[in-house]
Amino acid sequence: MDTLNLAWLLIAIPLVSSAVLLLLGRASDSWGHWLGVLASAAAAVLAIVILVQLLGLAADDRVANVHLFDWITAGDLTVSAGLLVDPLSVTFALLITFVGTLIHIYAVAYMSHDADRRRFFAYLNLFIAAMLVLVLADSYALLFLGWEGVGLASYLLIGFWNQNTEYAVAAKKAFVMNRVGDMGMLVAMMAMFATFGAVDFETVFGAASGAGQGAMTLIGLMLVLAACGKSAQFPLQAWLGDAMAGPTPVSALIHAATMVTAGVYLIVRSGPIFEHTPTAQLVAAIIGAVTLLFGAIVGCAKDDIKKVLAASTMSQIGYMMLAAGLGPIGYAFAIFHLITHGFFKAGMFLGAGSVMHGMGDEVNMRGFGNLSKYMKVTWITFMAGWLAIIGIPPFSGFWSKDKIIESAFVGEGWQPWVFGTVALVGAGITAFYMSRLFFMTFHGKARWNDGSNEAPGPERHPHESPALMTVPMIVLAVGAIALGGVLSIGDTFVSWLEPVTGHVEHHEPVLPVPVIMASTIVLVLIGAFLAWRQYAASAVPVTPPAGTVLTRAARVDLYQDAVNEGVFMRPGQHLTRTLVYTDTAVVDGAVNGLGSGTLGWGERLRRLQNGFVRSYAAVMLIGVIGALVVVLASRV
Amino acid sequence: MSPLEISTGEAVLFWVLAPLMVAGALSLLFAKRPVHIAVSMAGVMIGLAIMYIMLEAPFLGVAQIVVYTGAVMMLFLFVIMLAGVDSSESLVETIKGQRWIAVVGMLGLLVLVIAVVTRATLPPAVGLAEANADTNPVGVARLIFGDYIFAFELTAALLITAAVGALVLSHRRRLSPKIGQKELAEAKLAAYGKGGSAEGVTPPAGPGVYARHNSADMPALDAAGIPIDSSVVTVLRVRGQEAEAADLDSDRVARIATGEPMVPEIAPATETTKENEE
Amino acid sequence: MSLVNYLVLSGILFSIGSIAVLTRRNAIVAFMGVELMLNAANLTLVTFGRLHGDLHGQVIAFFVMVVAAAEVVIGLAIIVSIFRTRGSASIDDANLLKS
Repeated sequence: MDTLNLAWLLIAIPLVSSAVLLLLGRASDSWGHWLGVLASAAAAVLAIVILVQLLGLAADDRVANVHLFDWITAGDLTVSAGLLVDPLSVTFALLITFVGTLIHIYAVAYMSHDADRRRFFAYLNLFIAAMLVLVLADSYALLFLGWEGVGLASYLLIGFWNQNTEYAVAAKKAFVMNRVGDMGMLVAMMAMFATFGAVDFETVFGAASGAGQGAMTLIGLMLVLAACGKSAQFPLQAWLGDAMAGPTPVSALIHAATMVTAGVYLIVRSGPIFEHTPTAQLVAAIIGAVTLLFGAIVGCAKDDIKKVLAASTMSQIGYMMLAAGLGPIGYAFAIFHLITHGFFKAGMFLGAGSVMHGMGDEVNMRGFGNLSKYMKVTWITFMAGWLAIIGIPPFSGFWSKDKIIESAFVGEGWQPWVFGTVALVGAGITAFYMSRLFFMTFHGKARWNDGSNEAPGPERHPHESPALMTVPMIVLAVGAIALGGVLSIGDTFVSWLEPVTGHVEHHEPVLPVPVIMASTIVLVLIGAFLAWRQYAASAVPVTPPAGTVLTRAARVDLYQDAVNEGVFMRPGQHLTRTLVYTDTAVVDGAVNGLGSGTLGWGERLRRLQNGFVRSYAAVMLIGVIGALVVVLASRV
Repeated sequence: MSPLEISTGEAVLFWVLAPLMVAGALSLLFAKRPVHIAVSMAGVMIGLAIMYIMLEAPFLGVAQIVVYTGAVMMLFLFVIMLAGVDSSESLVETIKGQRWIAVVGMLGLLVLVIAVVTRATLPPAVGLAEANADTNPVGVARLIFGDYIFAFELTAALLITAAVGALVLSHRRRLSPKIGQKELAEAKLAAYGKGGSAEGVTPPAGPGVYARHNSADMPALDAAGIPIDSSVVTVLRVRGQEAEAADLDSDRVARIATGEPMVPEIAPATETTKENEE
Repeated sequence: MSLVNYLVLSGILFSIGSIAVLTRRNAIVAFMGVELMLNAANLTLVTFGRLHGDLHGQVIAFFVMVVAAAEVVIGLAIIVSIFRTRGSASIDDANLLKS
């Protein structure tokens, strides 16, 4: 188990690298990005070594607790900082370090013109370290440390170009909305401590069956709230779209592949808790289903390429959340989809970044078109991601998403029908908006100003990106094409995760599996065809048409900001104003009154300090006489 | 030990000295000129010295005369000459109520101290005959160089510190080159050569004029008959002790004004001696 | 005639010294008042020494004298330097410490 004991190095390497980059400052400007890449790559190699080590063990021995040190000791509570190395955490560690390393490499080229590239890499390394703390933690307390760490890194990276006020505001929005979820996490931990007297996984999961239904439901619902915040699920989804203010590698790594999936990880990891609280499970599934449709609808209306991808991320995490909410039968598929999604969505984000790179940072898809001619590698890798996400066999997404749809149809009563239908319809809509994105960007007529046509905007000279950017895209595209299929052979992935998710008996869906599969593919093809007809075969207007009520609503994210502002922000502002008024009038009034009273008395007493030595001497004399009188009076 | 007998001679001396000392001390409250106060204080110190000797402390009595009368009070006089000679102070109180507080405080203190002293039950007086067996200075010396040797050494340090402190406090850093007699004379002559005033080139006018009234408080007159202020010592002028022409008899002033010769006559000569005696 | 007379005289001198400190504005005069108070205390010490037949009183008086001499030197130096800078020997003029 030697290598497993070195798991802490996974976290330490990027953390040290981040500290070095931040502390050295400009001195490391010239080589800092390579140090960042190296740290990430070293962590990836270590993760692979640990994976190999685990694979060499019997399935039941693949869970290792690595105790590091006693972290918090207070009264009865002892929280030790330890790492839990098991198939689930190693899977995540691999995803994070591997995709992370590719994105690091990509960012070396993507950020080459940025004066603050070193700082960017420091933050990226910090993120990697924090995310690894999150997934490797063996207790909710340590998980929370990583949870906050990734929140911080996300905040720093969204606001990386904080000289732009809008971006800084977006960062703040993400931070604040994440805090709402974090409150859920905190309350859940407090409830755990109250119920079990501990917050480490082993104790909590071991005692979960003995706890009361109410406490378990509270913990479960609070964990779902935490997951909603971090994973941008309904109703805390509003920050993700704005988070696209960050540089594209950030969007790819944090807001597509890894951090936003932490909520799904949390629910799968907390499986033993959810087992005892069907209510929370159902809530998670409903939230997943709602977000799935929400993201899909929003994605159909957006013209900003990154925002479409963000909406798509939201929708895909909705799938994962739905799967996680289905219980043990969905856990493995949720993680499976998470992994494949990490590859193809990161690939597509990098592709979007490559397109922006070639198009002078333009993000409006209505100003793209026919880019396939100019950016071959980007086009092909993006195509792989597109086919994967809409679920065309044998691309990765098909294997994972189809399993989720099948699982959604499992069960009794109304639930399989509702969840199954939503998942099915969602797949169709996904196909539509992703095809829309793909066709609008790479096909149809060029709508950008190439110097000869009448298109508005500055002149563009699209070109392929350098190898440092294309190679990571190619690697991710390979993952998007093959990973799902490879891991599905003989249910490799599901059985690999079994030590964590538990073995699940096969359940028959309410509809036959071939019917589900066939209808999914038909819906996907219909969606893709509609998109092709509208956005590739016919001309795309450069200025967006008025659209229907639904389109207009979707363009503004289904009024999510308006609702948040109306329901929370305004009343909150009124409340704070009232409090401020009370504070100034009542509290400050009392305090200031005391202050001015003291001042007045001081002003009067000040007169005694007239600066005349003789007055002071007179006071001394009076004092001496007084003291004498007192002493003598007591003797008489 | 036999109780102390206080001789009649001592009592008489006490009753003679005590009122004199109190009177001398009261000059602190009522005299205007610091010099007067300092001199009367010196008298009080001498009275105290005599009292020490009466109290069988001849060493302390001598030390009192040497230290207080001889050194401290003379130092006071020096400083008065240096700083306070022309600052005869008005006795009008400026701080409201200060005088009342002072009077009440003094009376209170007096009543308290006297009441305590007179009402206290004191042991019968022992006298120092035994302690002074080897003469008083020897007895005191045994204590000072015995029990109090450490305190005594400390006072040495204290005195050194005080001397250095006084040097530091009264030291002034020179900001401009020193102007000696030679430089001053040269500067004055140079100024005169450029058409400046002759003041300083010729010796200053001495006080006293009119041949028959040459005391130092009388300003000299220049050729035009105008008094020369600088001919009278500054201190006298500041203290308002300067005489003016009006103080003299008008007859002589009139004669000066009309330019009559000032040859003394026989009859006024006696008058002159009279005035000089004044 | 008893030794108490000396003590009463000492009390009178002390009171005169204290009132001088309180009322006189000339720093030198006020300082002389302080000296008078010190001497009155000395007189008490010597008187009680004689009363108890003990030389310690005289020794303490001796030390008081030494300390008073040092104090006078410093005090007068301060007065002189204040007089030099402010052109006045009045205590009331040195009131810069008032708020």
